[in-house]
Amino acid sequence: MREKLIYILGAVAAILFVRNLNVILNVLPDEAQQGAMYRIMFFHIPSWWTAMLLATIACYTNVAYLATGKLKYDAISVSLTEVQLPILFTGLSTGMIWGRIIWGIWWTWDARLTSALVYVLLCCGYVILRNGIADPTQRAKISAVFSLFAYADVPIVWLSIRLWRTQHPSPMTLPPEMWHALLWNWLAIILLMIVFLLLRLRQEEMRRELDGLRRLAHAG
Amino acid sequence: MDFWRQTFTILQKDLRAEFRSKEAINASFSFALVILLLFSFAFDPTEDTVRDLSGGLLWIVFAFAGALILNRSFARELPNDCLDALLAAPIPGSAVLLGKALANLLLLLAVEAVCFPAFGLFYNVRWTRQFWPLLLVVLLGTWGITVIGTMFSALTVNLRLREVMLPLLVYPVMIPCLMAAMKVSNQLIGGEPLDAEAMVWIRFLIGFDVIFTSLAVMLVEIVLVG
Repeated sequence: MREKLIYILGAVAAILFVRNLNVILNVLPDEAQQGAMYRIMFFHIPSWWTAMLLATIACYTNVAYLATGKLKYDAISVSLTEVQLPILFTGLSTGMIWGRIIWGIWWTWDARLTSALVYVLLCCGYVILRNGIADPTQRAKISAVFSLFAYADVPIVWLSIRLWRTQHPSPMTLPPEMWHALLWNWLAIILLMIVFLLLRLRQEEMRRELDGLRRLAHAG
Repeated sequence: MDFWRQTFTILQKDLRAEFRSKEAINASFSFALVILLLFSFAFDPTEDTVRDLSGGLLWIVFAFAGALILNRSFARELPNDCLDALLAAPIPGSAVLLGKALANLLLLLAVEAVCFPAFGLFYNVRWTRQFWPLLLVVLLGTWGITVIGTMFSALTVNLRLREVMLPLLVYPVMIPCLMAAMKVSNQLIGGEPLDAEAMVWIRFLIGFDVIFTSLAVMLVEIVLVG
């Protein structure tokens, strides 16, 4: 059942991406000030929305793990966090390409950019931390606590750099057809992320099963 | 009341162990001095440039030297299963954490007390012009470093790659604290008094300390005992 769902969602996502690319590249006109370059926003903005969405759910599942001690929540948390990494790098790289063309620089130490980078580093730290711990319950516990610290940190980083300096464009009003394109592409990205998530979750379940079998073999 | 007495006992124990063995503090002192020396090659140490940078440089030194102290904080309890004994003792995990964090605070402050004059001498910076406000910033910033660091030291104590893991995890989390401390220290070492903007940063530091101290106190029991 889940296998089928993965294929179906993947196919829907692929079709949606083709449709969206057609709309973004062929149908929508160039923007008055930025020219063709603004089109990268259709990937940049939904990437960050998706990342924030996944981070929020992961925060919830981490708390749920610490409260209940069920490894199911740990599996969901690690899947959510690892699946975020590609979307975070998409968000960072599309933003940098845009910045190079429009601002003339790859990077600037603005509140959003810096806090995003810190969050990416914390996510990488989470993945590295998990690889360093062998025992499953200890791994789940330590990584859940670490990610709670990480989630508490990111808004503070954002606030602090906002106090210091800011350059990232503020949210602007878009004409409805651009809004539609943006939301359609967000949907496609979310579907793709669900596919990744289900795959990663299956991997985590298999790993636990293998661990159990290995323990059984050692005992016998 | 009992809680603070227990905290104080842990603090005393940690300081006594450190003063007898001097394993972390000596390493931290000499490491701090080495970094201070290295800075002189990174840029041309004339007075004007150094004064603008000095707050930032010093906090980098403190964060790096602090990691050496923090690494040992819980790792010291591993031989002879001292950590298990500590957990079996009738004291809450938060008292262990706070006692150790306070001990680390005092140790790191000792390192800082050497670094400031050394920095002033080597780089010809008069850092005492705004001494009391600077002391306040140093206390707030150092507490931020030590409380997060002690918590993460507890988090990573049982890991194989403990020494690698701690700095990797702890520095990104410390960024806001270090940033605020650097910002205000730059201004104070430059001789300017606290203005409205600096007060915003000091309030920010206090907020950071409060948030992470409470988070650490809440979660430490889970980390240590499970």
